[in-house]
Amino acid sequence: MPHDTSPSIPQPLLKDAAALAVQRSARWKPGLSGVHHSEVFASGREGSGAAAALSLALDQWRGEHIKRQADPLAAGDDQRSILWVQDRAAVKANGRPYRPGLPAELRHRIIHVLAEKAEDALFALEEGVRCRDLAFVIGELAGNPRALDFTASRRLSLAAERHGVPLWLVRFDAGHDLSSARMRWEVRSAQSPWPRWNAAAPGAPSWHAELFRARSHPPGEWILHDDGQSLKAARPGTRPGSAAIIADNDTERGAGAPAAAYPVGLARPTVGRSLAAL
Amino acid sequence: MITETAHGPRINAVNEAAIAAGARKGMMLADARTLCPSIQVAPSDPAGDIDALEKLAIWAQRWGPWSAMDPPDGLLIDITAAAHLFGGERRLLEDAQALFRKRELAARLAIAPTAGAAWALAHYGPELTILDPDDDIAQRLSQLPVAALRLDDDVMTVLRRLGLKRLSDLSGITTAGGTGGTGRDAIMRRFRNRRSPAANPLVRMDQLLGKVPEPLLPVIPQHMPLVQRRLAEPIRHRELLDQVLADLAQDMSRELEGKAKGARRLELGLWRVDGEVVVRALEMAAATRDAAHICRLLAAKLDDVDAGFGIETVRLRASWAEPLALSQGDIETSAENQGTSLAACVDRLTVRLGSRAVTRPVPFASHIPERAQRWQPPLEPEPASQGELAFHHRPLKMLDKAERITVLYATPDGYPRRFRWRGQVHEVARVEGPERIAPEWWRERSSVRLRDYYRIEDGEGRRYWIYRHGLIGDGRGNDKQGGLPDWYLQGLCA
Repeated sequence: MPHDTSPSIPQPLLKDAAALAVQRSARWKPGLSGVHHSEVFASGREGSGAAAALSLALDQWRGEHIKRQADPLAAGDDQRSILWVQDRAAVKANGRPYRPGLPAELRHRIIHVLAEKAEDALFALEEGVRCRDLAFVIGELAGNPRALDFTASRRLSLAAERHGVPLWLVRFDAGHDLSSARMRWEVRSAQSPWPRWNAAAPGAPSWHAELFRARSHPPGEWILHDDGQSLKAARPGTRPGSAAIIADNDTERGAGAPAAAYPVGLARPTVGRSLAAL
Repeated sequence: MITETAHGPRINAVNEAAIAAGARKGMMLADARTLCPSIQVAPSDPAGDIDALEKLAIWAQRWGPWSAMDPPDGLLIDITAAAHLFGGERRLLEDAQALFRKRELAARLAIAPTAGAAWALAHYGPELTILDPDDDIAQRLSQLPVAALRLDDDVMTVLRRLGLKRLSDLSGITTAGGTGGTGRDAIMRRFRNRRSPAANPLVRMDQLLGKVPEPLLPVIPQHMPLVQRRLAEPIRHRELLDQVLADLAQDMSRELEGKAKGARRLELGLWRVDGEVVVRALEMAAATRDAAHICRLLAAKLDDVDAGFGIETVRLRASWAEPLALSQGDIETSAENQGTSLAACVDRLTVRLGSRAVTRPVPFASHIPERAQRWQPPLEPEPASQGELAFHHRPLKMLDKAERITVLYATPDGYPRRFRWRGQVHEVARVEGPERIAPEWWRERSSVRLRDYYRIEDGEGRRYWIYRHGLIGDGRGNDKQGGLPDWYLQGLCA
């Protein structure tokens, strides 16, 4: 009996392990959910960090929303708020959220917390992820504060996973220090796609996002943009905005330049298999 | 009694001795001193007077189910269907007079079917007058002065100039030719634009006669939930204080539950042995009576309390409570893992970071971008606002203060080509604009310059929101010369 050989590991866990192995090889794509602590590194000189974090969070939230609609037991209308925590240095470098510029479905939900110090910001983040009435928490911290060490980061991860409130931490001008975040992104602005009418104008915001560490996905690079309905990801090099290419089919990737960028051990080629079917 | 005014002390209440000496209400103190050099004065205390009147109004509810204040010095008590409890209206007035005298208060009392008539009789009628409902009010009161109508001073002046001195004069005018129209019409024409009762003698007259309803605001006593612990042994250590606090929070939550209320503001008073009182106030985002939550929030405020020789009394008072429906406690264990509610989360953040740190952006009706958003406490309802017109894109983030940038552009009003911000040069690759936002002339000075906003994207794809402040030769700006315009970077687009 296979059960008797491993009495300490129940059957579902074994199954999970098998599923995890499959999942590990799955490339990230928009619409995946289940990550509760992510970090987004960006320059404090541009709005891309907060914008990308907001879009990623919104993408996960929309997925949840679809699930809720299918679930007959779920409460009908989602009234939850969003906590946006900034420390003073981040406000100075990158400004405060501006309501008319936010996505329309988030405008009335924002609760902004201004913390003087990084310690206070971490306290606010932890209180935020413990709160059941929040859809997600966005934090903005400038630099590598001493208070945000691996212990603090682990604390946030555990609290977020226990209470199921996703945390998106934007780090301005920070080095990639030790952290327990499940997904870590490096984001910078990318050239926007040509708008439909005025070719001289900036188009829909898009970002060059590099997933450089993730627990369940191999690293990769994408050009992200939000079209108002969902998050779209295209491979860098393709013309942004030309089509919503979900770059998850590895057959496309044959001689592409980005392929060489992946460490060999981390990116397992899933030959010819479309992960959209998973 | 005197009040300090811009022109020196002015008398606002006098006693009988002072009236005899010639002092009047509204006189300057200097004038009164010339009439009577030995006049004694004391500063008046209007807030204290109102407080005392409020207490008196509640005390006076012994004679009727509700009472209303009539500032500065009157009380109205509704004794409808209550007089027989005191043996009739006459006995009730005598009882009231005796009780007021016992408290050394001079009171003039009257009973009438309407509040207006009672007021008139109390102020200008004979002592202890009683007007029966069967009496003809107009006829009985016809000889009172028009001041009995509770009118404003300027209306009184008008009536005096018109020669209308008694209430009967108001109804007794006839037009000169006798060709139709009564006195009432004449007064109505004179006061046709006066809507407020205190400015229109006819409305007051109708209120006095009971033809027009006169709503009064009753005084309703509110009892603040209060719990306290007197300690046999003064406490000096934090653990003991926490224990006492937990007990008090428990008591308070029971007290509030009994009234189906939740506390919004709590005041904790700590009486020390040496007579010092330490007070800590706590305000919460939503009404609550969760003892553990209250305890946790208060504990954060007690870190800097100096116990001195010990604390002997601890008192917790809910100075602001709101109705909160009774609810059943959670039975599942999963409730413990559920996390906190939003109100509790906001409370905890506010206690640690200060009340101004936790805010919610709300729209505000203004064209100026930085004014178009305001911050308010997070759980308050949003103010009503008109829908925003989304003709133009707005940036995701806005700098607290627009930062000055140096821009290379085609003068006088061409597109920006290149700019330097925070020490780095950005090549402008794409531009959209200008979106012209004029200063709000109804609010700002005439020298404020207009703004031309451009949404730009630089060579690396970074998107910003910048504006040119003014035009060359617009005659505005600090020097009103209309010099070279400045450029500012205000927002960071997504």
